[in-house]
Amino acid sequence: MRKLFIAAVAALTLSASAAQAAGGAYVPELKDVNWSFEGFFGQYDQKQLRRGFQIYNEVCSACHSLRLVAYRNLSALGFTEDEIKEIAAEKSIRLPHGDAGALLNDDGEFFTREAKPSDKFVSPFPNDAAAIDANGALPPDLSLVAKSRLGGPEYLYSFLMGYMDEVPEEVAHQKGFILNEDKSFNIYFPGYYTSMPPQMMDELVEYEDGTEATAVQHAEDIVAFLNWAAEPELDERKSLGLKVMLFLLVLTAMLYALKRKIWADVKH
Amino acid sequence: MSSPEWNNPVVKWVDDRLPVFSLMHHSTAGYPTPRNLSYWWNFGSLALTVLIVMVVTGIFLVMSYTPHVDMAFDSVERIMRDVNYGWLIRYIHMNGASMFFIVVYIHIFRGLYYGSYKGPREILWILGVVILLLMMGTAFMGYVLPWGQMSLWGATVITNLFSAFPIVGDFIVTLLWGGFSVDNPTLNRFFSLHYLLPFVLFAVVGLHLWALHAVKSNNPLGVEMKQPEDSIPFHPYFTIKDLFGMGLFFMFFLFFVFWAPNFFGEPDNYIPANPMVTPPHIVPEWYFLPFYAILRAITFDIFIIPAKLGGVLAMFASIILLMVLPWLDRSKVKSCKFRPVYKWFFWILFLDCIFLGYLGKKPAEGSYIIMAQLATLYYFAHFLVILPLMSKIEKVVDLPESISAAVLKKSEDA
Repeated sequence: MRKLFIAAVAALTLSASAAQAAGGAYVPELKDVNWSFEGFFGQYDQKQLRRGFQIYNEVCSACHSLRLVAYRNLSALGFTEDEIKEIAAEKSIRLPHGDAGALLNDDGEFFTREAKPSDKFVSPFPNDAAAIDANGALPPDLSLVAKSRLGGPEYLYSFLMGYMDEVPEEVAHQKGFILNEDKSFNIYFPGYYTSMPPQMMDELVEYEDGTEATAVQHAEDIVAFLNWAAEPELDERKSLGLKVMLFLLVLTAMLYALKRKIWADVKH
Repeated sequence: MSSPEWNNPVVKWVDDRLPVFSLMHHSTAGYPTPRNLSYWWNFGSLALTVLIVMVVTGIFLVMSYTPHVDMAFDSVERIMRDVNYGWLIRYIHMNGASMFFIVVYIHIFRGLYYGSYKGPREILWILGVVILLLMMGTAFMGYVLPWGQMSLWGATVITNLFSAFPIVGDFIVTLLWGGFSVDNPTLNRFFSLHYLLPFVLFAVVGLHLWALHAVKSNNPLGVEMKQPEDSIPFHPYFTIKDLFGMGLFFMFFLFFVFWAPNFFGEPDNYIPANPMVTPPHIVPEWYFLPFYAILRAITFDIFIIPAKLGGVLAMFASIILLMVLPWLDRSKVKSCKFRPVYKWFFWILFLDCIFLGYLGKKPAEGSYIIMAQLATLYYFAHFLVILPLMSKIEKVVDLPESISAAVLKKSEDA
C-alpha cells in the first residue's frame, strides 16, 4: 500500500515536472482557423464534412479507428441511405465463427460479413497490439480526438500542419533535446517526435466536389470532420440553445416586471 | 402565526388529518422574511434548484449508463450520441456540478460576510458545512463514473490520500477500492454511493431548511427581526424574487450547456481510462483546487506527523474548521457592514481562496510550493488568529435600531 501511495505521489510529481518541462519547452501558439462551427450561430458546413470524410476514408482510416461513429451517422453529412449502404459494404467485419460453427473457412481465414449502416466504423486493426505492431505506436482512435486534446480543433489543425523538416533553433537549443531520425518532428506534439509521418500535402485526395486540393484545405476539412465525429450534436445543440435562450430572456423579463410590480409598495 | 381557516371543505378535511396545507402556508405566505434581503440571498434557493436538476438529470442518465470498467466510457458516449437528447441531459448534469459549487460557494461567502453563522444560526451553519462535505463526496464519485483518464487517475490519487492515516489507512483504502487498485469494484461502489448521497443531501437540506425556519433568515444588516414591520411574507415577495433570480441563473447555466459544454472539464477525460498510461497532468475539478493546494502545501513533517498525513489533515481541517466558526468569531456584530476592519480581512480571505485555487492548478514545484504554504498559513490564520483577535479589538459601527428603521431611513435619504 505504501508503495502504491508512493507510486501515486511519484506520478503526481512526475506529472508536475512534466508540466513544468512542457511549460518551459518551446511550443508556438496554436494556429487560428475560422471554423464554420465556431461562435453562437456557427454550424457545420456539410460540404466540408463530406470532404473531411473522404480524407478520413481514403487516408486516415488506414491506421486510425473511429469506433464510436456508425455508418448510419453519415446521413448527417447528406449521404442517402443507399450511399451509406455502399460505403459500409466496402468494409468487412470478422465473425467469431461461420454458420456451421467452424472458426475458419476452407481457405483457413476468418469468416467475415459486409458491414451494415447500423455498424460502427470498422477499425483498421483487429486489436491494439496489431495496430502497434504495424505502426510502431498506437494510432489513437479519432472519435473523440477533437475533444480530448487541449485546444480542440485548433490543436488538431496545428498538429497536422506542424511538421518541420528542420528542427527550429528554439527547440534544438533546449536542454535534453535529442534528435530522433526514426520519427517525425512536429512542433506542436508533446515531446516533438511523433510516429505519424506528415500527411497534409497538396492533392492528398481528389475531392469529389472539385474543391482545390491544397494541404491547408485538407487539414481544415479533416479537422472539421473529426470535430463532427466528436460532437455530432453541435448543430442541434446550438440551434436549440438559441431557442431556449430566447424563451428564457422573455420569461425572465416578465418575471422581472412581475417582481417590480409586487414589490412596488414595499420599502426595502 | 396561526393557521388560516380553510374554506374549501376538501382542503379542510385533509388539513385536519394531515396539515400539509397549513405547512405550506407556514413556509410561504405565513413565513416572515426580513424585508431588506439583497440578491445575495437568492443563492440558497438556487442551490436547491440545482440539486433538483442534478437528481432529475442523474436519474435519466442512470437509465442508460453501465457501471462497468469495460462499458462505462462507451455507455456515456452512447448517451451522448444515440439516446434522445442524451447529450443535453448529460451536459446539464456535467455542468450542473460546477454550477452547484459556484452557487454554494457564493452562498457560503455571503454567510461569512454577513455573519450568518452566528447565534442563533450555529446549527443551521454546521448543517451547511455537512452539505458541503456531502456535495464534495458526491461530486468526486460522480466524476469517476465516465471512466475517462481523469476519472481513473483522479480517483487513484484522492483515494490514496487515506493511506496516509496511521494503522487504519491501508484498510480504508482497500475498503474504498474493493480490492488492491482502482478497478471495477471501485467503480461499482462509487456508482452506488453517487446515487445514494444526493438523497442524503436532500435529507440534510431538509434539516438545513428546518433550522432556517426556526431561526429565520439573517439579513444584510445582521440585526434580528424584532417587530412586524421588519418582515414581509416569503410569498409572494421572495417567491417572485427567487424566480427572477432563477431566470438569470438558468441563462448563465445553459450558456455553458449549449455553447461551452466542456469549459469546466478536462480534455483528458475524453480518453478512456488506461491503468498503464498516466496522464501528464493530474488535476482535480476546479471546485477542489483550493483544497488540493492546501493538501500539497504541507511538504514538511510536523513533529511526529509525516508530511503526507499533515497535508491530508490540513485539507480536512480547512473545511472542518468552518464548523467551529461560530465560536471563533465572538464579535457581537454580525454584518461586515458594521465591521470596518474585519470587512477587509473578509476580502483578503476571499482573494486567498481564489489564489489557493490558482495554485492548485499549478505544479507543486519551486516558488509555487512556498506561495501555497503562505496562502495556506493565511487561510488558517484568518480563522484561528485574525477572527478571534478582531472580536476583541475591532471598534464596530453603531447598529441600526431595527431593520425597518434602517429601511425607512434609507428611503428617506434617497
